[in-house]
Amino acid sequence: MKRNDLKSWIKSGAPGVWMSGGAVAIAIIMTLGLLAVIAVRGLGHFWPADVLESDYRIPGQEPRVLLGEVVEVEEVPRARLLASGLPVAAAGGEFMTRELLKVGNRDLFGSDFAWVVGEWLANPRTPDEVLVVERREWGNFYGYLVNVKQDGQVVASGAAAWAELQERLERANRLQARLERLQRRDIGAINHGLERLRLKARKLELDGRLDAAAQADLEAERAELGARYQALERQLGELRRQVDRDSITLRASDGREREIGLGKVVRAYRPNAMSTLDKLGFYAGKLWEFVSDEPREANTEGGIFPAIFGTVIMVIIMAVIVTPFGVVAAVYLREYARQGPLTRVIRIAVNNLAGVPSIVYGVFGLGFFVYVLGGSLDRLFFPEAAPAPTFGTPGLLWASLTLAILTLPVVIVATEEGLARIPRAVREGSLALGATKIETLWRVVIPMASPAMMTGLILAVARAAGEVAPLMLVGVVKLAPSLPLDANYPYLHLDQKIMHLGFHIYDVGFQSPNVEAARPLVYATALLLVVVIALLNLSAVYIRNHLREKYKALEH
Amino acid sequence: MQQPQTTHGLDMAVLGRSKQGLSLAEERVALEVPGLNLYYGDKQALFDVRMNIPKQRVTAFIGPSGCGKSTLLRCFNRMNDLVDGCRVDGEIRLDGRNIYAKGEDVAELRRRVGMVFQKPNPFPKSIYENVVYGLRIQGINQKRLLDEAVEWALKSAALWDEVKDRLHESALGLSGGQQQRLVIARTVAVQPEVLLLDEPCSALDPISTLKVEELIYELKSKYTIVIVTHNMQQAARVSDYTAFMYMGKLVEFGDTDTLFTNPAKKQTEDYITGRYG
Repeated sequence: MKRNDLKSWIKSGAPGVWMSGGAVAIAIIMTLGLLAVIAVRGLGHFWPADVLESDYRIPGQEPRVLLGEVVEVEEVPRARLLASGLPVAAAGGEFMTRELLKVGNRDLFGSDFAWVVGEWLANPRTPDEVLVVERREWGNFYGYLVNVKQDGQVVASGAAAWAELQERLERANRLQARLERLQRRDIGAINHGLERLRLKARKLELDGRLDAAAQADLEAERAELGARYQALERQLGELRRQVDRDSITLRASDGREREIGLGKVVRAYRPNAMSTLDKLGFYAGKLWEFVSDEPREANTEGGIFPAIFGTVIMVIIMAVIVTPFGVVAAVYLREYARQGPLTRVIRIAVNNLAGVPSIVYGVFGLGFFVYVLGGSLDRLFFPEAAPAPTFGTPGLLWASLTLAILTLPVVIVATEEGLARIPRAVREGSLALGATKIETLWRVVIPMASPAMMTGLILAVARAAGEVAPLMLVGVVKLAPSLPLDANYPYLHLDQKIMHLGFHIYDVGFQSPNVEAARPLVYATALLLVVVIALLNLSAVYIRNHLREKYKALEH
Repeated sequence: MQQPQTTHGLDMAVLGRSKQGLSLAEERVALEVPGLNLYYGDKQALFDVRMNIPKQRVTAFIGPSGCGKSTLLRCFNRMNDLVDGCRVDGEIRLDGRNIYAKGEDVAELRRRVGMVFQKPNPFPKSIYENVVYGLRIQGINQKRLLDEAVEWALKSAALWDEVKDRLHESALGLSGGQQQRLVIARTVAVQPEVLLLDEPCSALDPISTLKVEELIYELKSKYTIVIVTHNMQQAARVSDYTAFMYMGKLVEFGDTDTLFTNPAKKQTEDYITGRYG
């Protein structure tokens, strides 16, 4: 009886349904779990955690005061601590706790982080007055505010110093922002102009047209730019002096004091005195800084805006290149080429291209695009820049092109399928009205196949945005001095190197001098990469659905 | 919708009487087929078809499935060119010019010989854009001309009153019968000389069928119409002349009344009395 039940259960198809349901559930759990892990680890980093002050008593040594954020707590076998030479009591439980403290003050202590044995921490407390100072160099400073100075004279100390500091920091940051804008925009434009003049002079010289008149012209322009530069330089000097007017004195946990100019301070806050609402506001500010600002301190601090921007612009240029090529190739294959063994071979080849490891495309891009194509472009059009390469070096254009050939098969296959699905009746309807084949294609078939093309593009974008390996060879760097899109002619600088979220993850996670500090940023960047890809995809999906609605299928 | 159906109804008696006294030999010729063979690969599908399609009359092709009537129809605007392995041997003359001659402009031919298919096949565009499609292909883009053409063509296809308020909505929102009349309007808009109708009512309900038949009757004063149909009643109702085809051969061709009431060939009689097909 029992066997029959089992048999009929299997025959009913229920096990299949359960298995597929289970597979879907596992897939969903894995995806959500992955996102949750990345989100928790990445986003937690920006929260202003309480700073703990505690006496640290290593047996046989003077107790000292530690000040820092608890980053991690773990259980370690006593034996291991013993083996590493710590004076741990041999008797006791098998495991001991070990805590990772972010103590900051890298300029004083040599490292941002310290592992401490939990059992030796005594008298933990969180005093309100603890000040965390985020600096432009040397990482965070944890300590107490001693006084605030203006031009070396103490203007406030003790309890009044905190209010004074906030006020003066705001002023300093305002000035600092102006300074940076001046440096980046105005001086950047002048540098750009000077470089153009240099290239122009060199070009005239190469053409043999650099006569006295031209030279005088160039000289005049150069002098004009030089004068503007002098004026800006004076302005900058004045600003710098103003920024450096104020400074603060801080006392570290071990009693040493440090004077820091306010120009070096990004923000100062007292986490232990902050309410939850304050912390939320602070958190939002940090998050915004992360997505909108530029990296500082070898990418371990600040934001990742250039990487987001680079990723997006590279993918957009890739899409602009790959769509027409893929569509034209698919139209030819499906509509014009005689269907036979040759087209079959071509189709197989195209499909196989999608399976080639991406690093191979990177090597191809470097060897062909950068050296051959870029080198020829330089020789033909930019002889004045030689020996410095213009396009003969990895850059945005080559990165986009490499990704374009990487994703070409996807677009071709999707477009071909879309073309194959257009009903014959509609084509005949157009032909019967006196349209030629190309007119039919252009006015009816391709618009109707556009949702399929968008599907191909969505897959292409998803693949391209996440690709890292080939990009390392053809144009992505760990730190690009400027964005590839700016206000200087020709606005979009295809020859520039760019930053990329995927490469940024690799760089921060594995090439960083300060791994502990960078680790949360790896998660945060990964989360952002996922978000950027999802946004790119969603916008493509939105366009596709719009098109689908417009060319709703005829078959009914 | 609220109009009484009778206005669209067809008065059979009037139709029947108007066909009296026709003679194929006296008609002016629109399409001349002096002898046509057609092959799909090795298989011959049309055997030495000889016929003259009269000008500004409705000619119906009837016959059992696979007899070649649609194939013959599609020869008139060279739609068969699109079929792989299809080969035509012989001539078809439109106003005395062989449409299968070398260097003949197929697009121009298809503009002069319009075609409506079995299933309505509007483009996924607005009603307006569907009608002006052929004109835009010809490079006509002035709004005034297009507007006029749309109104005229839709009125010709008896569709204007139903769609005049939603010209810029998608044509796919129309009913099947409306779509088929839209396709006819689209074809008429380029002012062809010949209209080929390939079973235009086979996908329509009876009321839509009636409307299309009435339309055919009205269009014949301006166009030469050739219609392929499975439905012998329909052939009897709308056509002036009828050709009966069987196994790729033209069996009998004459005025509709005679063919249905007094067929000359035994095969024709068998078919119209329902002995096969």
